[in-house]
Amino acid sequence: MKAAASWIKEYVDLPADVTTERLTERLTDLGLKLEAIERAGDAITGPLVVGRVLTQEKEPQKNGKVINWCTVDVGAANGSGEPQGIVCGAHNFGPGDLVVVVLPGAVLPGDFAISARKTYGHLSAGMICSATELGLGEDPFGSGEDGIIVLPEGLAEPGESAFGLLGLDEEVIEFEINPDRAYALSLRGIAREAALAFDAPFRDPALRDLPSKAPAGHPVEIDDPEGCPVFVARTVTGFDPTAPTPGWMAQRLVQSGMRPISLAVDVTNYVMLELGRPIHGYDLDKLQGTVRVRRATEGEKLRTLDGTDRVLSSEDLVVTDDSGIIGLGGVMGGETTEMSATTTRVLIESAHWDARSMFRTGKRHKISSEAGKRNERGVDPTICEAAADRVVELLTTYGGATAEPGVTVVGQAPARAPITMSYDLPAKVMGADVPADVTLAHLEAVGCDLVKEDTVVLATPAPWRPDLNDPFDLVEEVARIVGYNEVPSVLPTPPAGRGLTRAQRLRRRVGRTLAGAGCVEVVSFPFIGEATFDALGLDADDPLRRTVHLANPMSAEEPSFTTTLLPGLIKAAARNLGRGASGVALFETGAVAFPSEHGPAPIYGVEARPSDAELETLFAALPHQPNHLGAVLAGERERSGWWGGGRPVAWADAVELVRRLAAELSVDVELTNTERAPWHPGRCAQVSVAGQVIGHAGELHPKVCQAFGLPARAAAVEIDLDALIAAAPATVRGPELSSFPVAKEDVALIVDADVPAAQVEAALREGAGELLESIRLFDVYTGEQVGEGHKSLAFALRFRAPDRTLTDEETSSARDAAVAAAADRLGATQR
Amino acid sequence: MSGPNTDYDPVEVTPLKPEEVEASRDAAIAAIAAAGDLDELKQVRIDHTGDRSPLALANREIGALPPQARKEAGQRIGQARGAVNKALAERQGVLEAEHEARMLVEETVDVTLPTDRRPAGARHPLTTGAELIADIFVSMGWEVAEGPVIEAEWLNFDALNLGPDHPARTMQDTFWTAPADNGIVLRTQTSPVQARTMLTRKPPIYVVCPGRVFRTDEYDATHSPMFHQVEGLAIDEGITMAHLRGTLDHFAAAMFGEGIRTRFRPSYFPFTEPSAEVDLVCFVCRGTGELDGATCRTCRGEAWIEWGGCGVVNPRVLTACGVDPERYTGFAFGMGIDRTLMVRHGIADLRALFEGDVRFTSAFGTEI
Repeated sequence: MKAAASWIKEYVDLPADVTTERLTERLTDLGLKLEAIERAGDAITGPLVVGRVLTQEKEPQKNGKVINWCTVDVGAANGSGEPQGIVCGAHNFGPGDLVVVVLPGAVLPGDFAISARKTYGHLSAGMICSATELGLGEDPFGSGEDGIIVLPEGLAEPGESAFGLLGLDEEVIEFEINPDRAYALSLRGIAREAALAFDAPFRDPALRDLPSKAPAGHPVEIDDPEGCPVFVARTVTGFDPTAPTPGWMAQRLVQSGMRPISLAVDVTNYVMLELGRPIHGYDLDKLQGTVRVRRATEGEKLRTLDGTDRVLSSEDLVVTDDSGIIGLGGVMGGETTEMSATTTRVLIESAHWDARSMFRTGKRHKISSEAGKRNERGVDPTICEAAADRVVELLTTYGGATAEPGVTVVGQAPARAPITMSYDLPAKVMGADVPADVTLAHLEAVGCDLVKEDTVVLATPAPWRPDLNDPFDLVEEVARIVGYNEVPSVLPTPPAGRGLTRAQRLRRRVGRTLAGAGCVEVVSFPFIGEATFDALGLDADDPLRRTVHLANPMSAEEPSFTTTLLPGLIKAAARNLGRGASGVALFETGAVAFPSEHGPAPIYGVEARPSDAELETLFAALPHQPNHLGAVLAGERERSGWWGGGRPVAWADAVELVRRLAAELSVDVELTNTERAPWHPGRCAQVSVAGQVIGHAGELHPKVCQAFGLPARAAAVEIDLDALIAAAPATVRGPELSSFPVAKEDVALIVDADVPAAQVEAALREGAGELLESIRLFDVYTGEQVGEGHKSLAFALRFRAPDRTLTDEETSSARDAAVAAAADRLGATQR
Repeated sequence: MSGPNTDYDPVEVTPLKPEEVEASRDAAIAAIAAAGDLDELKQVRIDHTGDRSPLALANREIGALPPQARKEAGQRIGQARGAVNKALAERQGVLEAEHEARMLVEETVDVTLPTDRRPAGARHPLTTGAELIADIFVSMGWEVAEGPVIEAEWLNFDALNLGPDHPARTMQDTFWTAPADNGIVLRTQTSPVQARTMLTRKPPIYVVCPGRVFRTDEYDATHSPMFHQVEGLAIDEGITMAHLRGTLDHFAAAMFGEGIRTRFRPSYFPFTEPSAEVDLVCFVCRGTGELDGATCRTCRGEAWIEWGGCGVVNPRVLTACGVDPERYTGFAFGMGIDRTLMVRHGIADLRALFEGDVRFTSAFGTEI
């Protein structure tokens, strides 16, 4: 909402020393936040005066252009009183017109210094100005194409300063108005707040001497008093549709961000800004019979005045006459009764509409307008007559119209119920000392009617405050007048907390572990589409393709919430490599979603807490959303340098990340070879915990690398982080350490090439028994010496007893037992 | 060795002459001093203390002396050998020290050589930023609550007093899951976590809820369809706006530095009443609007930075979530983590947070 400071001051007598800055500071404190103060004339210095064009000679030039050589009467402003000679290239004015002249010595916006200069064979002493040259967004007087401002006759005399006429000396304030303070979408509301801010006298522009309703005006009937409680109609005749909008009105409209159109339209907009009440005007000559308000029948049609054909819903409120529907009540008029350049008889509608209906109709038909904005947030229902009367006044004053004596008033403003509030509630909510008399004074100041009882006050809010409905609303009113910043700052004293949950702590640890392993965390959007699943090489019936769909996705290509973190990571990896990185290791943790079998999610009431069973139904309807952990590595894993060569990423780097995480969380994970897209079918580890598969790691399929533009051999991990964390033991038993000497034994075993090393190790471990302290595979050999289809695995075994030095016999017998177990189970032979 | 000296004449035993012993001693000491390195010293040791060295030979002659002469000769020889050995030990120490010093010099490397064989990893500033915020509150005894990002419409809107006709519930603002009437949305705020907490726990409740939220905003330098919020909720007996101010003042100081105040402005949120916008005094120009004679770029000269929204929990929300509004009051606040980080770290383009460029993320290191 924008308004000139001078307009606000028309309704409130502010102390003389209140600057616009001070005014806006206080209004911000009260909840009308200052967005900006505009001063159009700040960039202009020097003489800018009104001039009358005396002569205008058109002089064609060699370049085909025609210039105007003018003499302009600028009164005494040029010191001599002689006409000023000025060359002007624009043509939308003529002799006798009142124009705006800037004289030599002045500076226009953009540091444009004006001087007398020789041009087109004349000495041009100044400039006849356009709105653009003066930095005015819009010409307040709606002049012609070339933009030269032509002032209305009688507005001023030649030689007078034009600053004030053009509003260049005006300060225009832009406020950000919260949706609950619809009353502040009017000068009446803003001025009322200004009066409140400085305890200054307020003159309500809606307080008018109204004409008697005795002779009824145009017939109006309301079929739906809930949707339209009040309908006031007034008629003016003899209106001159060519009458210009007075300059001051046009200027105020422009300052408030509205475009002047025609007097009839401008008057309704002006009254809407002034009083906050939207007004609609009908061309009475096009209207047939009684005006009626009802709900539309489903499927009825209306062409609104924007030329759009609309199919109506049974919830829409419509205005009809004998011809049918002539408007969407409170939202937009119809084309058939629209005022035009020939309208001389006007029916003025000033009606109060149900805010919720307005919101729904505006939303349904996607109509957003200044009138709709006010009607759907709530307008003072008691000023319908005053607003209509103000329109009549302006149309008769400036449009030569005559007011018909009839005044139609149908219905009445709904009564407000009082709100009961205990005197001490504001103090209790604010945590500040607010005596009852202060509370009462502030409630009165915002227009409440008060009935004081022993411990409570019954406050009936003012009609312009539909947002005040319960005691806490009243508390906010008291609080903002006392001043939010007068509330003391006190730390609450919560009971002792339990700190982070175990899962929260472990998630942090997972992130630190991965960062410690050289991975950089990324945050990606969780949206995905079929093309990405295809690029990942997923089968048509892959469960990852069963997604939660969005009804209104950002992009039709990615209409689902993702089931895997890998695409975001792969794309980020490709982006980094594309930007010149030689290697990249990325990780991400975040939720993925799998659709629930139970749904939809019910919408419960809010009058009481839903039952536990109801909540369970609600929670069950939501998708399963586990936190996943993903990582993608591509390009160089280790750099080359003075120490020697680098090393490219390999499948093992992905598996190592899993092992490192498992060790960090003390979880035993089991790895087995598996085939799973998007991994390389021969280089994918399935990660299990206690028999449950929680994820995969390994090299990405070459086709996937190709599809996403990653270098070959890129590797990836994706695991269910929640499952991994759930498997972490609550406590770890501290190991008992033996300080007796260690006995080392190496064994090399030949097994079939497809026997997993993990199985050989497990067999050795089991066979070796309790004396085995650790086992580590240190070499894998394939070649002639072990024969085709075989491999040799070399393990280092370390034995130690808790209570003695082991004898050679003990050690070798443990080793032999280990080898025997491997031989027995896996056919291993010692090399 | 000669046989027993039956024909005793001390003067006749040349090596035992005092001047001979002293000469041998002095020659040894001189040789020791002249030894330039440990190898030379080793040779000197052999030459002057070895079996065939003059002093060793003289020592052997002592036995040939008559008993009455042995003592004096023994003493003389002993003192000479002692002096030589002491000189040897001293020279050995000096030469060893010299050797070690030389070796260390020779082993010098260029420590400015790069060592980045494996580049460092980094956590995302959104993660560490959320953890910093969580830690500030946990240190006050609060807990960190969580909830799903795909949320029930009832929890995201109705329970928070955003009725069926609230403008935020349109397709223009909210991502709905299909079919659109299934009552499930991508949460537009972290507030449903507050509702969940009230529905499943008994007061007193002091929780912060950091998390991802979604709105159908176009993706540009200051908007994103996905962003991050942190909300706080305190429900207890006697909770007031004063507690809200105290908490946010503490939060602001912990996050932006001591002395960073907050300012409240009346505002409107359906789930709070009274509601306020909270501004921070600009932590760069410290509320002057100017920096080095120019307009402060962080607050654009406004001295205040918009930080978030807050207020006293609307009793309707308490009722819907099963908290007795007669007994308990509460406050709630919420701010954008992304925006807070942008302000705190001078990040000009929001998209930098979501592009995954390692150069951006790595720059944060452990700063947060």
